[in-house]
Amino acid sequence: MNGEPALGVAELGVRYGGVMALDAVSLEVPPGRVVGLIGPNGAGKTSLINAVTGIVRPSAGSITLGALRLDRLAPHRIARAGVARTYQNIRLFGALSVADNVRAAAFALPGRLDDAAVRALLERAGAGDVDLRARAATLPYGAQRRLEIARALAAKPRIVLLDEPAAGMNEGETVALRAIVRGIADGGAGVLLVEHDMGLVAAVCDRVVVLNFGRTIAEGTPAAVARDPAVVEAYLGTPA
Amino acid sequence: MLQFFAQHSKLFDEIGINALLALSLSLSLRGGSLALAQAAFMGVAAYVGSIGAVRFGWNLAESVLAGALAAALVAALLALPIGRLRGVFLAIATIGFGEIARIAEINAPVTGGAEGFSNIPNDAGTLAIYAALAFAGAALLLFGRSKAALALAATREDENAARGVGIDVAAVRTRTLVAGAVIAGVAGVLYAHANFFITPGDFGFPRMEQILVSCVIGGVTSSLGAVLGAAVMTVLPEAVRFLHDYREVSTGAILLGFIVFAPGGIAGLWRRDA
Repeated sequence: MNGEPALGVAELGVRYGGVMALDAVSLEVPPGRVVGLIGPNGAGKTSLINAVTGIVRPSAGSITLGALRLDRLAPHRIARAGVARTYQNIRLFGALSVADNVRAAAFALPGRLDDAAVRALLERAGAGDVDLRARAATLPYGAQRRLEIARALAAKPRIVLLDEPAAGMNEGETVALRAIVRGIADGGAGVLLVEHDMGLVAAVCDRVVVLNFGRTIAEGTPAAVARDPAVVEAYLGTPA
Repeated sequence: MLQFFAQHSKLFDEIGINALLALSLSLSLRGGSLALAQAAFMGVAAYVGSIGAVRFGWNLAESVLAGALAAALVAALLALPIGRLRGVFLAIATIGFGEIARIAEINAPVTGGAEGFSNIPNDAGTLAIYAALAFAGAALLLFGRSKAALALAATREDENAARGVGIDVAAVRTRTLVAGAVIAGVAGVLYAHANFFITPGDFGFPRMEQILVSCVIGGVTSSLGAVLGAAVMTVLPEAVRFLHDYREVSTGAILLGFIVFAPGGIAGLWRRDA
């Protein structure tokens, strides 16, 4: 699809001391596709995002963007290579304006985003109505999440990693998120969606990878994964 | 008016120099780094510029250039060991560096030791000092509108998120420290040439403390605030001479007053988000 590279994670291991957070996990995020990454709390979903973005060093395996090896690159180099993310716990530049949050993310691009360009990015993230001059920290929670998505899109990323974008959002906001996530993929970027909201996952994901205790326990279409006995067991426990 | 200026020209010079030093620190503070090495950068530059002027007959411009370069070099080297330090740990390490610099200045064979270094050509007048201040102010104003300033602010707000959008946080920090050292270095050489006598004690912790307090009452990250804060901190000791032995108390009282009642500092008067 339009010559963009895919994100490839192969046999990835992440270890915190004696704890194996990820063990031989492999997945691929092709351009224009939304891949869901689900699993119970502590399954290793955020560890995978942190490894891809260079915040934690993998202990095994490789991470590639097309032909480029990402593991061992510094976090800012990985970002410049085209990997953008949002955070489970919102990490905006709180004291900066909405516009400056988006502009700061376009740091590595030539030139400077004008207000119209910032506005266009906010609209793609469903935040077209926010005041550009408002301090980011003063926005309502849902708007802060959408601003994080706009910030992630500002650097024209090839891969977007969304870490629980629906967390804390209300029903209406979560439904609105579907079009936003699909829109990112339709724009040509590959999306890795970590999410607990199964309605959102089922609605937008082309494929789903299920982690439990750092291992892949299932992989496939959202419908197939939802029927998988191993997945049902991981979420609900063994039937008595 | 002219008479007032003539009577107090020494004080005006001092305000200008202290304003440069406060600008230097405010640059680091904009990036969220509590790097307290401005007095040390000032001292290194003052000694390099002064020794060059006395031994080799450098003029003021040559002294300023050499001093600023020396300070920049020292800052670039200092950036290596302190690269991973943040917050109070960074403050402690840089204050420690200031002590190293001061003790080196006392013991180096070319500095005149604790007795001080004298006969520095007295050729830095009010005009030179305020020209330097205007230049630094204009440079910071231009910088404030650049993408680099945005990267610096993003680094202050959240380092990891800054890395996540492609900002090289380590490089931003090093460049900021070096740029601040250049400003402090210029201030140091001008200080030496305006006073024609310097001692290592001029560049010790009390100086650093004065610079930090200037920035805090000025509004921490505001350039104009830093300049006004420096003016207050320079005039204040003169204005409270009637307190005699209790003069030093006024600095602490003012600082406390600002922290409690106006945490945004002087810049809080015109900033809506301070």
